[in-house]
Amino acid sequence: MKRRHWFTGAVLLAACLLVWLPLILMTAAAWMPEDELYWRYLSPLGMGRDRVRAALLPSYPSLAAMKELLIGSPGFFAMFWNSCIQVIPVAAGQFLIGAPAAWAFARFRFPGKKQLFGIYVILMILPFQVTQVSGYLVLDRLGVLNTHAAMILPGIWSTLPVFIMTRSFETIPEVLTEAAYLDGAGVWYTFLHIGLPLGYPGIATALMLSFTDGWNALEQPLTYLKDKDLWPISLYLPDIARDKAAVAFAAALITCFLPVLVYLNCQEELEQGVASSGLKQ
Amino acid sequence: MAKLKQEALPWLFLVPSLAGTAVFMGFPFLDAVRRSFQDAMGVRFTGLKNYRAVWNNEAFRLAAGNTARFLALCIPLLMAVSLGLALVITWRRKGAGNLRLVRTTLVLPMVVPAAAMVLIWRILLCPDGILNQALTVVTGRLWETDWAFSGHAFSVLIATYLWKHTGYDMILWLAGLSGIPEELYEAARIDGAGLWQELIYITFPQLGGTAGLVGILSVVNSFRVYREAYLLAGSYPDSSIYLIPHLFAHWFLNLDIQKMTAAAVMMTAVFLLPVAAWKVTGGRRP
Repeated sequence: MKRRHWFTGAVLLAACLLVWLPLILMTAAAWMPEDELYWRYLSPLGMGRDRVRAALLPSYPSLAAMKELLIGSPGFFAMFWNSCIQVIPVAAGQFLIGAPAAWAFARFRFPGKKQLFGIYVILMILPFQVTQVSGYLVLDRLGVLNTHAAMILPGIWSTLPVFIMTRSFETIPEVLTEAAYLDGAGVWYTFLHIGLPLGYPGIATALMLSFTDGWNALEQPLTYLKDKDLWPISLYLPDIARDKAAVAFAAALITCFLPVLVYLNCQEELEQGVASSGLKQ
Repeated sequence: MAKLKQEALPWLFLVPSLAGTAVFMGFPFLDAVRRSFQDAMGVRFTGLKNYRAVWNNEAFRLAAGNTARFLALCIPLLMAVSLGLALVITWRRKGAGNLRLVRTTLVLPMVVPAAAMVLIWRILLCPDGILNQALTVVTGRLWETDWAFSGHAFSVLIATYLWKHTGYDMILWLAGLSGIPEELYEAARIDGAGLWQELIYITFPQLGGTAGLVGILSVVNSFRVYREAYLLAGSYPDSSIYLIPHLFAHWFLNLDIQKMTAAAVMMTAVFLLPVAAWKVTGGRRP
């Protein structure tokens, strides 16, 4: 028994260190002054060859990189806002449009439901590349290529959130909705006052996953946005190391900030929501 | 009248979603299928010509082979590692608290943007990086491998993929594990079953349904590895990690619609296999 305790402890500690160490490396580098950065990380920054001298804390903590990034880099800000403009409406749209659809799949009986849901599952699994070119042509015909809408519209109707929300709604006990109907509550009332509050973990999970995914977007902007002024923050970092290496780590840290904050705020819901999509019913 | 209203009701909830999904997902998909059988202008029916062109395309064979190899290795590995961690957490939890910090930590990589991690992976993997330094110390000879650009790029990709997605799968497994009735284990223990026997005769069989879902969601996530591949090694990486998305990006630049659509249809067929398997093996409901 004691041995098992040590063994599990060691495994979990090792796994946690594998997560924490890289993140601490990044955080530390974000607060280093330029010369320390070049001394430690010349080679990874692609500026020459020198031994890497990794550090979990900066030797000479400095706000210079942060200041340069937040005040002296308007390009970074523009891309940060582009990401917000492209990601937040997607989450809002998935909530307004996807949640009712998920409720219909979870709670109503109608002909063709199984087949329809099956189609949603298939569309959820297909990788972006399958519809890359035809999706491009559709957006072209709608005249939204090379605008924020080219990122927003397909995002709203991705089917993974509907799947996750459906699974979560399905875990709400049938007796609750039945009781509401018996008490004379309407369908919409039941959806709004029982479905949404009790299905909240699934909704939060779906929106959070789409938020982090949108914040990470790479294929979509590269395909749909020609104009670099519209590019999201996920495409800033790959470009930056070459011309502004000194702020690259600060930019990496700021890029993580919002998704991590969102995650830490709704991790409980995330665990429940992900879990309910895995439960057998 | 009331009955009609009853029947129309589900559709009221569904229509906004259905309409958009049809326009932005369904129609493009069908359009891709149609175009895959036509010539470049999308007017003449050309039969399987596009498919033959794709099939005989060297780059396609390379990318498809690499992608298949990646999926075949990565998904079982991811499922095994995340299941292992979930089991360790469950065993341990029986004694002590609920290990919230551990779970929070392990899911964290999922929300960290790939672009933000690229510099860290370079610190680790570049010729003067930590990995080479460690190997130099251990083996006593100088290591200067550029891991992300060498033939080892494939392993690098698998490692970054595992780093990012293990936590998500682990939560799914944890949910599955917590759904196994405790009485089963108690009964087994009374019969004198050991840890391994519990695992083989109770835990694994009971996790069947969860395994299907974890597999499917892992496949959904698998193509996102292109982000790491692209960010680490650019559009023309080592040939061992030249994947389907790289190929599509290149075809897209040339607007090679026929090849893209024919390859898309072939990919769809491959991706539908696990769904079919899931349906057959007990995911009675999607």
